[in-house]
Amino acid sequence: MLQNLFITIFELVPMLLKSAEQGLVFGVMALGVYITFKILNFADLTVDGSFPLGAAVAASLIVSGYNPFFATFVAFIAGALAGAMTGLLNTKAQISDLLSGILTMTSLYSINLRIMGKPNTPLLNQSTIYSLISDFFSKIWPSFPTEYTYIMFFIVFALLIKILLDAFLKTQIGFALRATGDNPQMIRSQGVNTDLAKVIGLILSNGFIALSGALVAQYQGFADVGMGVGTIVAGLASVIIGDSLFGSKTIFISTLGVLLGSFLYRFSIALVLSFRLAQASDLKLLTAIVVIIALTAPRFKQTFKVSAKGGKSYGNS
Amino acid sequence: MVILEHIHKIFHRNTPNENHALADLSLEIQDGDFITVIGSNGAGKSTMLNAIAGVFPIDSGRIILDGQDITNLPEHKRAAFIGRVFQDPMLGTAPSMTIEENLSMAYARPNNMSLRWGLDFNRRKIFKEYLKNLPLGLEDRLTTKVKLLSGGQRQALTLIMATMKKPKLLLLDEHTAALDPKTAILVNSLTEEIVHKNKITTIMVTHNLEHAIKMGNRLIMMHKGRIVMDIKGEEKATMTIPRLLNKFEQLQGEKFVDDRVMLA
Ligand SMILES: Nc1ncnc2c1ncn2[C@@H]1O[C@H](COP(=O)(O)OP(=O)(O)O)[C@@H](O)[C@H]1O
Ligand SMILES: [Mg+2]
Repeated sequence: MLQNLFITIFELVPMLLKSAEQGLVFGVMALGVYITFKILNFADLTVDGSFPLGAAVAASLIVSGYNPFFATFVAFIAGALAGAMTGLLNTKAQISDLLSGILTMTSLYSINLRIMGKPNTPLLNQSTIYSLISDFFSKIWPSFPTEYTYIMFFIVFALLIKILLDAFLKTQIGFALRATGDNPQMIRSQGVNTDLAKVIGLILSNGFIALSGALVAQYQGFADVGMGVGTIVAGLASVIIGDSLFGSKTIFISTLGVLLGSFLYRFSIALVLSFRLAQASDLKLLTAIVVIIALTAPRFKQTFKVSAKGGKSYGNS
Repeated sequence: MVILEHIHKIFHRNTPNENHALADLSLEIQDGDFITVIGSNGAGKSTMLNAIAGVFPIDSGRIILDGQDITNLPEHKRAAFIGRVFQDPMLGTAPSMTIEENLSMAYARPNNMSLRWGLDFNRRKIFKEYLKNLPLGLEDRLTTKVKLLSGGQRQALTLIMATMKKPKLLLLDEHTAALDPKTAILVNSLTEEIVHKNKITTIMVTHNLEHAIKMGNRLIMMHKGRIVMDIKGEEKATMTIPRLLNKFEQLQGEKFVDDRVMLA
């Protein structure tokens, strides 16, 4: 029993690699969650629907013979539309942020089933963006280490999304979005339509989330209508871990923190599972526990030391 | 010129809490007017400013600015020509953004939804110069987050942001009330300086009768949702606190009561 608690270095390295792959590919989703929860201060639960939406759209298009890159792009657009839906429910129909997201998420469950026509779409023997990339590089470089295609692609892609997001948040419109989450009264009196700012943020956020869903479906080899359950909690866990470990001194650090938070989250889950004290079906429970710890830890810390560090609290907002 | 025409605003209509906050309020504001507004608690002073700024729709009446009917214009569109400073120093700035980022949003007004960089070398230089002329010591703290500033510094910053792009109308709602007396004096003199230098038409609500009399060229008193006193010109210039209180009692047949009003 006790020796089960120890893992060898030979198990650790593949585990780190796997966690890095997952951390980065789900990190794109976490960046989407960061936009709504952290930037806009909008508790968006669309996530659990827009993530499998991206997977469903991409998988369905791929099995119908479309180019995987095109399929992935369409998944992004589909997610953006879902975000717009939540945004319009909230700003035009005046439904609360939580309920708007829940309504979109619930309707997406049926929509995702319609898109796939069945609960699960396997991508076995289909070409994916990874197989295309791997084939391309093998052609120009015969000794290309194909087993590292995923990690290389995910590093490049996640960092690209991070850099694009950083840049966007430094534009005038990015400032307006940040101020909308920070002090809506102030930014309205500076001439910004905060409703529009919210909708733009939700579009971008759910676009990223669906994009991540599309990448995950191709990575794991299938899209499943149930794969969205708990996505929001995983996203939040990444954002909160990133924030508490790396702070939010600048946007650059915050978004880097989200990606690293996503990695640490995946790694800690993998670690717990490898102890064989928990089994794979305990995953969602573990996720919730990680989030609870991340949410309450800062408060315990504060009991001992008055922290001068500010930042938004998720626990009571 | 700004014209308020027979404005009514009723909160909680048809409930036991029905509240006629603005009752047939009319006011004509000339270009360059600096109007101070006094009145007891709940007189409707803030509601009047909120109605002008478009925070909520009014129930009836019209608001006309330079010949344009802005009664149905949403708040963010009116922001193109209205600058505001609130009583609460927390309301006027984005706390988790830096000083320069906050200034950038004011500088860009009303084109805040563009994809250009919010900050560049040029803008930083402009902001630094701007802050150098103010007695706040903020010119070397452009990258400080606003939440780290004192209430007075934030209020001064809000004032700068409200007037950076010269507004057609500046609305100040007890903007020094939450500050300690020393800081209040500083923000008040900054207000006078900015308003006079740029000739900005201004409405300033205050509960400090001395400020109301000393500052501006026109003084109005509100009571129960309407304007009960409008003092201009020579009369305003020679007004004193006792005469003001006297006049109120004569007009209303009751004493001016506001426990927050400072007589000194
Ligand atoms: N948003 C609101 N909702 C309901 N009642 C309000 C609102 N704003 C102001 N009131 C009420 O309208 C009246 C006038 O308030 P206000 O304009 O804030 O007075 P003051 O002259 O002190 O600024 C008060 O009775 C206040 O309770
Ligand atoms: Mg008031």
